[in-house]
Amino acid sequence: MRFMGLSTGTLVRLFLALVVLFGCLAVYAVGALAADLTFPPLTGRVVDGAGILTPDQRAALEAKLKAHEDKTSDQVVVATVPNLQGTTIEDFANRLFRDWKLGQAKTNNGALLLVAPSERKVRIEVGYGLEGALTDALTRVIIASAITPRFKTGDYYGGINAGIDGILGILSGDAEEWQRKPQVRADEVDPRQVAVFVILFLVVLFVAWRMSRGGGGGRGGRGGGIVFLPGPGSGGWSGGFSDGGSSGGFGGGFSGGGGSSGGGGSSGDW
Amino acid sequence: MVSMLNAGALRPTSAAARLLSALTILLVATGLSGCGAVNRVPTLEEQAKSSWSEVQNQYQRRADLIPNLVETVKGYAQQEKDVLIGVTEARAKASSVKVDASTVSDPQKFKEFQDAQNQLSGALGRLLVTVEKYPDLKSNQNFLALQSQLEGTENRIAVARRDYIGAVQAYNTELRTIPGRWIAAILYPEAKPMETFSATPNADRPPNVKF
Repeated sequence: MRFMGLSTGTLVRLFLALVVLFGCLAVYAVGALAADLTFPPLTGRVVDGAGILTPDQRAALEAKLKAHEDKTSDQVVVATVPNLQGTTIEDFANRLFRDWKLGQAKTNNGALLLVAPSERKVRIEVGYGLEGALTDALTRVIIASAITPRFKTGDYYGGINAGIDGILGILSGDAEEWQRKPQVRADEVDPRQVAVFVILFLVVLFVAWRMSRGGGGGRGGRGGGIVFLPGPGSGGWSGGFSDGGSSGGFGGGFSGGGGSSGGGGSSGDW
Repeated sequence: MVSMLNAGALRPTSAAARLLSALTILLVATGLSGCGAVNRVPTLEEQAKSSWSEVQNQYQRRADLIPNLVETVKGYAQQEKDVLIGVTEARAKASSVKVDASTVSDPQKFKEFQDAQNQLSGALGRLLVTVEKYPDLKSNQNFLALQSQLEGTENRIAVARRDYIGAVQAYNTELRTIPGRWIAAILYPEAKPMETFSATPNADRPPNVKF
């Protein structure tokens, strides 16, 4: 039994290898199973899917949210949706929050104000990192005292605006406190330190290049030093760079920074 | 078969076969490591375990809120002794269930945990319905704060359970499908499928605590 010059045993082995490889691919496909809800794209800091805001109102809210994010890196986003696709507002808000990845990846400092006018429900969903500042009780007070009274009279912009003022007020009030300062600071990159690392890296590269040309003895000892030096430097800085980039300060583009939420916040109806 | 009978062709064929089998092993190894299959079982197991700790954490958070809640309600509604005792007892029972890492792979223990927590949810639900009758209590600031914390915790429990179910599903699927099944059999014989939450009435939505 031969096929193209290969013995049966070899053919069997090849077949098995292919099975394993395809098995790998199949597992990949299963991992990419889609969620059962569809979410609107994150087009800006105010995503008015329900169409209850005028362009001017939207721009005013966007400006306020952007100013806050530039200052603190907290990502606060407003979303209105035409309907909740049959689930609860708590469930929808959490999944939408995770889909958009609001807040920076390291600090999870995002918050989402979700309004569903057709179900008459509103929710403030708080990312892990802001739960300490924006507690469930505080979000409830904001919803009950600032948002729903205005929604009852049909004033959606007034309610959203007052709610945002409440959220940003609590967040920036707390940002003055010492607890949150280290977090915010961790996102800042000192250009001088970056320069030092870049120069160090270049020096190391140069030395490595010289040594690879020179060859000879003593190479092993110095080689160990080269592997050691850039390790902590590049590891420590890569996070800082990606965080700075994702806060979206330039060009007006906006995307989630990679944050997540575990269901903090509270909901209300009107 | 043919090559074994044909003595003259045996030598070159076996050399070629050996080369090919070496190549095959290399190919398989690259394929497996390329998609991370070798490490996927422990990775998914760790993810499921950490989701489980989050579930426990949030249930614990709920248990911690209860004494305060019971005290506050007592101040306004002493005559509702039965309901209050029901909550306190259910909490004690839920806290007495021993939970450790082996709970997730032991159906008996897992069911015990789930039943105790469901019982506590039921008792809490009854307490919150009872509170409806006391307008003074409903407007008490302390109670309102506790209530929003409880609501938030119930929601966090729902999210943590959902995450856990997803993580366990991924892990169990990996353990029961090829190649994860082979890899686990060879490299991780101690890896066991984990239990997941069965749907209870209203399990995926927080209890209705409206006032």
